[in-house]
Amino acid sequence: MTTASGNHPGIWSGLVAVIRRDVLLAWKRPGDVLNPLFFFAMISTLFPLAIGPSAEQLQFSGPGVVWVAALLAALLSLNSLFLSDHEDGSLDQLILSPQPLPLLALAKALAHWLTTGLPLVLVSPLMAITFQMPAGTISIMMLTLVFGTVSLSLLGSIGAALTVGLHRGSALLSLVILPLAMPILIFGARTVSLAAADDAVAAGIYFLAAYCMLALTLAPFATAAALRISNE
Amino acid sequence: MTEILSGNDLCLFRGDRCLFKNLEFALSEGELLVIEGPNGSGKTSLLRAVAGLLEFETGTVSWDGVPVRKNFQAFRSDLVWLSHRVGFKGDLNILENLKFESGLRDSDQTRLADVLERLSLSGIADLPIRVLSAGQQRRVALARMLLANARLWMMDEPFTNLDKAGQVLVKDVTREHLLSGGLCVVASHQPIEIDGSTRRVTLQ
Repeated sequence: MTTASGNHPGIWSGLVAVIRRDVLLAWKRPGDVLNPLFFFAMISTLFPLAIGPSAEQLQFSGPGVVWVAALLAALLSLNSLFLSDHEDGSLDQLILSPQPLPLLALAKALAHWLTTGLPLVLVSPLMAITFQMPAGTISIMMLTLVFGTVSLSLLGSIGAALTVGLHRGSALLSLVILPLAMPILIFGARTVSLAAADDAVAAGIYFLAAYCMLALTLAPFATAAALRISNE
Repeated sequence: MTEILSGNDLCLFRGDRCLFKNLEFALSEGELLVIEGPNGSGKTSLLRAVAGLLEFETGTVSWDGVPVRKNFQAFRSDLVWLSHRVGFKGDLNILENLKFESGLRDSDQTRLADVLERLSLSGIADLPIRVLSAGQQRRVALARMLLANARLWMMDEPFTNLDKAGQVLVKDVTREHLLSGGLCVVASHQPIEIDGSTRRVTLQ
């Protein structure tokens, strides 16, 4: 029945379609984007108030607090990654589409990053200012946050896929994701601390970049497998 | 006529319960397979398992003579799926949803205007899906099937939520699909009469 007038979607068109759709959905429902961002901003601004105005203490705790806030903000938003797709039947359609499911899973994770991770990276310089971090560390912090949030979106998509069929799977999602996210948190926060102390940061950045690449290549396959199981 | 879609020695469990075993079916071009049975007999499960959303305990489903498990891609590019949950995003309008579909599968967008007209959706194409009635949402799901260049239609209770005209419409488009050489698998507790060759699987 294939007609000459039909369009034949290539291998990337499914990926592009999913990213475009999810970003469009986020645009139409800005609350979903703003919630984690607001959470991130709240934590990062409340901490300096609680710790006190001493610049030394703020600089000492700043990188850790910003990174924990970023991690929690990402976890907060990951819950709903596949939930609405599962509930409205879109997930069935995605699984039954001729597009490779790992690519669609990658698209979901990238769309999640575009709508939560990227805004978070973009507002992070404001947080750096509230913690009185040296200006030179801001770019390093943003770079580590880029690698970190991309990794978190990808790792989180595995957890979200595993728990999508469960009611109240959010606690389980955190349990699944947190052990995998620990290296990101440790290296991310430590690299920013080192940058603030004018120390060598290359090793930390390389590690985060490598972790991000590993997540980019492997996580979509794990997510796809998990989706097939959870969607029974 | 050669078999296009066939199932061999199929057995499906949900939990500890065996829904059916030793189930066989075969479908050629232009044929309709109706899965019948009371509520809870496993119609939807059988349909989902044939599509590949559930795993059979034993047996194989073949498409064009090749086990589906060995060539998901070929099977899925020929498949479109319609079920209770229509699979559209409530915040996007009909056109945006259908445009998304065209990125996923081979479809003929030049027919879009005609298809929307036929399904009486033309006037509401820019409304978000969530404000549509359940019946109208089913019509949008029908639009997905009509636009797709897929040989196999799988429908779970296609008449749910549809008015009289809508039910006639489903029968008409199914008949046309079969006449053009397509295949159709329908799970329904309502009797479906479509002339031409109809095969039946009855579950207890």
